[in-house]
Amino acid sequence: MTHLNAPAQGSPDLSMRIEYWRAYPALSSPDVRHYGQPVALVVATTFEQARAAANLVDVEYAGAPGCYDFAACQDQTYAPDALIYGAIPPDTSVGDFDAGFDSAPVRIDVRYSTPYELSQPMEPHACLVVPHGEDLIVHVSTQIVDAARSSIVRTLLIDPERIHIITPYVGGGFGSKLRIHAETILAALAARALRRPVKVALTRQQMFHLTGLRPTSSQRVRLGAQRDGRLVAIAHEVTMHTNPRSDFIEPTAATTRSLYAAPNRLTSHRLTPLDLPRGEDVRAPGEAPGMLVVESAMDELADALGMDPVELRIRNEPTVDPEQGLPFSDRQLVDCLREGARRFGWERRPATPASVREGQWLVGYGMAAGIRGHIQVPTTAQVRLAADGTAVVQTDMTDIGTGTYTVLTQVAADGLGLPPDQVRVELGRSEYPVSMGSGGSWGAANSSTAVHRACQALREKLVAAARNDVRSALHGLDPAGAKFSDGIVSIDGVSEALSEIVARNYPDGVAADGQTPAMRDDPNYADYSIHTYGAHFAEVGVDADTAEIRLRRMLGVFSVGRVLNAKTARSQLIGGMIWGAGAALEEDAVVDLRSGAFVTRDLAQYLVPVHADIPEVDAVVLDGYDGKANVLGAKGLGELGICGAGAAVANAVFNATGVRVRDFPITLEKVLPGLPPLDD
Amino acid sequence: MRSFTYERATDAQAAVAAVSRPGAKFISGGTNLLDLMKLDIEQPGHLVDISRLPLRDIEELPDGGLRIGAQATNSDVAADPRVRTRYPVLSQALVSGASGQLRNKASTGGNLLQRTRCPYFYDTAAGCNKRNPGSGCSAIGGFNRIHAILGASDSCIATHPSDMAVAMTALQARIELLDADQSVRRVVITDFYRLPGETPHIETVLRPGEMITSVVLPPPPPGRQLYRKVRDRASYEFALVSVAAIVSAGQETIDEARVAFGGVAHQPWRSVEAEAALTGRPATMATYRAAAEAAMRDAVGQGHNDFKIELAKRTLCRTLAQLAWGAEEAR
Ligand SMILES: Cc1cc2nc3c(=O)[nH]c(=O)nc-3n(C[C@H](O)[C@H](O)[C@H](O)COP(=O)(O)OP(=O)(O)OC[C@H]3O[C@@H](n4cnc5c(N)ncnc54)[C@H](O)[C@@H]3O)c2cc1C
Ligand code: SF4
Repeated sequence: MTHLNAPAQGSPDLSMRIEYWRAYPALSSPDVRHYGQPVALVVATTFEQARAAANLVDVEYAGAPGCYDFAACQDQTYAPDALIYGAIPPDTSVGDFDAGFDSAPVRIDVRYSTPYELSQPMEPHACLVVPHGEDLIVHVSTQIVDAARSSIVRTLLIDPERIHIITPYVGGGFGSKLRIHAETILAALAARALRRPVKVALTRQQMFHLTGLRPTSSQRVRLGAQRDGRLVAIAHEVTMHTNPRSDFIEPTAATTRSLYAAPNRLTSHRLTPLDLPRGEDVRAPGEAPGMLVVESAMDELADALGMDPVELRIRNEPTVDPEQGLPFSDRQLVDCLREGARRFGWERRPATPASVREGQWLVGYGMAAGIRGHIQVPTTAQVRLAADGTAVVQTDMTDIGTGTYTVLTQVAADGLGLPPDQVRVELGRSEYPVSMGSGGSWGAANSSTAVHRACQALREKLVAAARNDVRSALHGLDPAGAKFSDGIVSIDGVSEALSEIVARNYPDGVAADGQTPAMRDDPNYADYSIHTYGAHFAEVGVDADTAEIRLRRMLGVFSVGRVLNAKTARSQLIGGMIWGAGAALEEDAVVDLRSGAFVTRDLAQYLVPVHADIPEVDAVVLDGYDGKANVLGAKGLGELGICGAGAAVANAVFNATGVRVRDFPITLEKVLPGLPPLDD
Repeated sequence: MRSFTYERATDAQAAVAAVSRPGAKFISGGTNLLDLMKLDIEQPGHLVDISRLPLRDIEELPDGGLRIGAQATNSDVAADPRVRTRYPVLSQALVSGASGQLRNKASTGGNLLQRTRCPYFYDTAAGCNKRNPGSGCSAIGGFNRIHAILGASDSCIATHPSDMAVAMTALQARIELLDADQSVRRVVITDFYRLPGETPHIETVLRPGEMITSVVLPPPPPGRQLYRKVRDRASYEFALVSVAAIVSAGQETIDEARVAFGGVAHQPWRSVEAEAALTGRPATMATYRAAAEAAMRDAVGQGHNDFKIELAKRTLCRTLAQLAWGAEEAR
């Protein structure tokens, strides 16, 4: 199949606020927009045949000039005219930044750059489409079931009832599976045309051009401070690459708006169109590159002031959200900083950069603060109790290796007073109640809240039924005091088995729905600034001769409201911290400026940390409960671990060597020229 | 995926006979060849599997050297007590390469013949004289951070990725070859590899059909040995620059030195210039610096890899200093 015979497809509706639901046509035009774009799909009965046949396809391209060089194309930069994710203003300004900055006795004015980065989950993007009459059964690795269905429906121009998504286990996603890509549409088109099952899986190399990437960015940060460290002006101005036909904006400067107090403030996002694959969400979109840079710049300020970096941050702790003026729902950043400093032994930090040497190693400590907005999106779930007293939870929520099955089992077991083995969680099917899946760290908290609500509704139904049922021991008792525990419902010392109430009143079982509203329908999200926080600490060794940087230990202390599961939370946070370390030191998708091709196109060339790079890493979560966020008091944490983690590593490199690298990642050639000469 | 036929050789003589048909190739561990076949870079029509040939032994030689069978795995060689005590530089080089799983599979012969990691060599859509003679070199003027600073040509600036071969170069290993006509010859490793010149697709002096049967390590040269690999991450990563050094020093001066670099050229790079600058000189940093300058006198960067020149110098100096201090592995 090529553009010559591919069926007509819907085109993306760019006015849709959230892009994951848009149409994503493939092979729809002879125009190639970027290197690596599919030009043909070859289907065969075996994998080997398909590969062999694909090798025989000879493509002739008519060349045309392209813009691939971010630095060289800066003259095309423009201001976006839409809100980021349909919600976040690209630019904000408070007070008079210029005047404030000019008046500040201590000023930092620095420009940093961050590279193209990719999600690259271990499990590649893959889709199997099985036709069933007019219907298509779509087994696809996706983070949002409803979005996958919508995109297929809008692309294939097919009745939504005909598309059935099945994705009980997704594998990793990290943002790259929020929306579907060519693999899904090509499999669906081919399965429909051939009336046979068709599977399309991307190779690792293909993933580098076809599954989205984090935009490269250039970020200017200006910090103006009093000599005591108090900030009078903060500006964070970001330029990133985008696609000439449809903007993707990472909210890189957005959390800077809520981080530190300062009367004069400025943030902006600008876009430079390049003929490269389009930017998409990559784990912690915005905060990952943004906090990396802002928290590095704060370290520069601390250095300029001769002040302890922890102290500098504490001194600039705001009492209300510094841009919106809203109260914080639950802000424990200072606690994170203090607890982290204590546990890490921060007082042993070398006060002077490049002053500690242990044998071959220049040793340095670094720290950074972390912040991330908590997001609430509409989520529904259904909980059904069978007559035997077992519960089934259904939602089209996904488990991308994050432990959704585990967490929802706990929440439902808790909510109904059942042992966990009496609860079954069913996820990842388009027949189930709609959620926004896994993404933006919203999955666990949002779906847990919906499940909790469904359980609450079920409890009310059951207690009401028992109370009105003369056969029940609970007949006529006050339902307000009802307790659900170990499969027993009790009121004032009188009890009855949950299963008996269900069996008697609902022989076919009973279900209830639970919902989590969108932020705009929940007043708390207009009345409070709701975030999660962290403090990162890192120790690195830098080889005094070769500039090889090796992480020695890392600690993160976090405040995330209530933790739903200590083990899955810790694993997310540690994974995020490692991600941050990789972003600081290794990850870099390099573009060949002549062709627009990503050259570092496999995991041997695009480096991410391996075990040997990651020594002792610890994540500590402060006790907490954020009742403004939701009834469970839980907030998202999947991406928080990244926010600021890389900056702690980068700042440790500075502390070790006195070399400040403002072009990420910090590879050894950038540090080498600043190292001391070889000693005798 | 292209179709190919496969046979398992029963003895070395049969293997070389089998591989002399056009388009045929040996396969040992397959850790390099299979990857390249999947990517359509290598396109053999016939594979002769030599992995089960009885060439796995590491044999003591009367002169005090060792003969390593071509099928001895990288893990086995690295762990061999004789190698570890008499040729520590080789053991260190081996364990610094790839991963445990790969080393269990990778053979000595295959390691010597592994191909470059130049990203354009891996991209069948890019011009590459090594993969497709006459199609140009995309690395020149492209992304060339990992490329050569010594011995490169206008046709190719690739590096040889092996760690093992760098140590073997310092040890002046001899490679034993069996030809299709059943004749046997021995080539010193420094004569085995070729610089790219105008024919970067021809990487060694191996004749078509010739098989590596073993590698002979001469008796260990006097002095201490050290392999130092500099890389972007702590493990599972090829060398940006590596140094294999063997230094024998008396009270006053260095009696004898062997120096080989990895990651800097189309072949493991023995630096006779550095060796000469060390021999007979005092074991001081000034001497090491002079040796490093001598080693890199003709080095040329390609842009992204300019840093390798300074990095190679510093790595050599540090390695030599460590040897002098007697720190086998100060890391
Ligand atoms: C992820 C990864 C990381 C790696 N990292 C490193 C590293 O850090 N350092 C390093 O040095 N190496 C590294 N390697 C490379 C590895 O060492 C080689 O792939 C391995 O040594 C090749 O051995 P093999 O037996 O598998 O060769 P094969 O793949 O079987 O063969 C390679 C080539 O040698 C030829 N051949 C094999 N045996 C003979 C013989 N006896 N006579 C003639 N021709 C022969 C084959 O025809 C083929 O052309 C890495 C490899 C991978 C996949
Ligand atoms: S350096 Fe050699 S291997 Fe790389 S593109 Fe050029 S010719 Fe090919």
